[in-house]
Amino acid sequence: MPENLLKRFWIERYNEQNPMITFKNVSKRYPDGYIALNNVELEVESGEMVFLTGHSGAGKSTLLKLIAAIERPTSGVIAISGQNIAQLKSAAIPYLRRKIGFIFQDHKLLFDRNVFENVLLPLQISDFDNNTAMSRVRAALDKVGLLKKEKVMPITLSGGERQRLCIARAVVHRPAILIADEPTGNLDIEYARDIMAMFKSFNQVGVTILIATHDASLLDDTQHRILSLKQGKLAA
Amino acid sequence: MMRAWLTQHGFVFFHTLKRLASTPVTTLLSITVMGIALSLPTGVYVLMENLQSISGQTAGSPQISLFLKQDASKEDIDKIQQRLQEDSRIVNYQFISKDSALIQLQQSSGLTDIAANLTYNPLPDAFVVHTRENTSDSLEQWKLTMQSWPEIAHVQFDSAWVDRLNVLLKLGRSVVLMLATLLSISIVAIMFNTIRLQILTKRDEIEISKLIGATDGFIQRPFLYFGAIQGLCGGITAWLIIAWGIDALNGELMPLTQLYGLEIQLRYLSLQDSISLLLFSAWLGWLGARISVASHLWQIEPE
Repeated sequence: MPENLLKRFWIERYNEQNPMITFKNVSKRYPDGYIALNNVELEVESGEMVFLTGHSGAGKSTLLKLIAAIERPTSGVIAISGQNIAQLKSAAIPYLRRKIGFIFQDHKLLFDRNVFENVLLPLQISDFDNNTAMSRVRAALDKVGLLKKEKVMPITLSGGERQRLCIARAVVHRPAILIADEPTGNLDIEYARDIMAMFKSFNQVGVTILIATHDASLLDDTQHRILSLKQGKLAA
Repeated sequence: MMRAWLTQHGFVFFHTLKRLASTPVTTLLSITVMGIALSLPTGVYVLMENLQSISGQTAGSPQISLFLKQDASKEDIDKIQQRLQEDSRIVNYQFISKDSALIQLQQSSGLTDIAANLTYNPLPDAFVVHTRENTSDSLEQWKLTMQSWPEIAHVQFDSAWVDRLNVLLKLGRSVVLMLATLLSISIVAIMFNTIRLQILTKRDEIEISKLIGATDGFIQRPFLYFGAIQGLCGGITAWLIIAWGIDALNGELMPLTQLYGLEIQLRYLSLQDSISLLLFSAWLGWLGARISVASHLWQIEPE
C-alpha cells in the first residue's frame, strides 16, 4: 500500500519544533514572464495567526497556493513543519493538502450537492469511517451556524452563508493549517466580523491561520502579525 | 480501515447506480448498443456449439468398414477377428460374410433385379467396426494401419462429411474471433467517449476533489465503476438477446423436428459461458473507462 507508506512518511516528518510554514528565497515566475513573487522570506510559527495584505495582483493568492502545492515555486524552498514541499512528488500532494484547510476566494462549492454533502467531501476522500464522519460534519456545521440548513442546496444560500459553508468544509478534517483567501471579500461588515471571530476561535485551539485580505477595516484592531506584499516582495 | 474502505466502495457503487438511473434514456441506449454488439459474436458462438453437439449426436461413434480380399480364406478372417478382439479402441465389431451380404442385397428394394442377374457373388467378406476414436487425425492413422494388413482390400469410413463439418466449424470460430475482436474494440471506444464526456461535465467536482486532497485513485474510482457496471449491463442485455433468439429459433425448429422425428432443441449459453460473457463485458467497460480516465484526468489541474 504505497498510500499508507506516504501517510506514515508524512507523519514522521511532522516536527513540532520547526516553524509551521517557512519560505526561503521563494520566487514564482509565470510562463508569460510575469513575476508574482520575488525572493520571499517568511516564517509562520505553529499556532500563529497571520494576515497577508496588499493590492490585488501583489501576489497574495500565489503565496497561499504555493503552501498547498496548487502552484509550484520557480525557485526557493517552501517547508511545511520542516518538510520541503517545493519538490514534492505529485503522488504525495494529496496528503499535504489534507493537512491544510483552504478557503478559496471563489468558494469552489459543489452546486449539485447539498450543504451536508459539501462538508462531507474532505472526509470522504480520506477514507473516514462513516459514523465518525457524520458527527464531524454536524460539529463543523454547528460551529459555523449552518446545522439547520444541512439539507439545503448551496445555490439558495446567501453570500455570508456560502462563506461559512466554505469554512465548515475547510475545518471538518481538523487541519493543522487554515488558509483563507479574501474570506470577507463581498460581505457586510457585520458578517465579516462574525467570520473573523470564527477564525479567532479556531486559532485559540491551536490552528495555524493565514488570511489574505485587502480589507483594511479587519486589520485596524488586530494584535496579530500583518505581512504586506508589494509587487511580489514582502515589506517589513 | 477495512470498514472505511468497504464503505467507500459501497458508496461509490450505489452512487454510480444512482447516476445511471438519473439519465435513463442515455443509459438504456448505450447498454442496448453494447448488448447488440456483444450478442453478435456470442450468438454465432452459441449456434456453432449447437451445430457441433447436434452433429455429435447424429454421427454417434464412428463406423469403419473393412473389406477383405475376394480370395480371403477362413484363416484370414480368423486372423483379423483376433486383431480386432485385441484392440482396446474398438467398442464392438460385426462380421458380415459375402453370402449374408448378398442376401441383404437381394432383399433391398430396387436392387432385387440386379442381384438376381448376378452369376457369381461379387461381394467380399467384411467387418463393421465401431470405435471410440473420433478425431479425424487418429482415424486416418488407424485407417492406414489397417490398410497395410495383407488380407485387407479396402478400408472405408465416412470421414469426408466430418472433415467438412470441422472445416466449417473452424471457419465459424475464426468469424467469432474476428467479430469479437472488432466489436470489443468498438465497446471500449464507446466507453472511452462516454467517460470523456462525463469527465468534462464533472470538471468542477474533479478539480475541487484534487484541491482538498483526493488521490488519483479516489477520483478515478466512480468512472471505473461506471464503466464496469455499464459493461456488465451490456453483457446481461447480450445474454437476454441470445436467450430470446434461441427461443425464437426453437419455435421455428419445432415443425421441422416433428416432421423428421428428430430431437433437435437448441441449447442456451452454458453457465460457464454466461459467466465468461458477463465478466468479459464488465472488463471491456472497465477498460474503456480506464483508458479514458488515464488520458483525460491529468488535463484537469486546479489553478
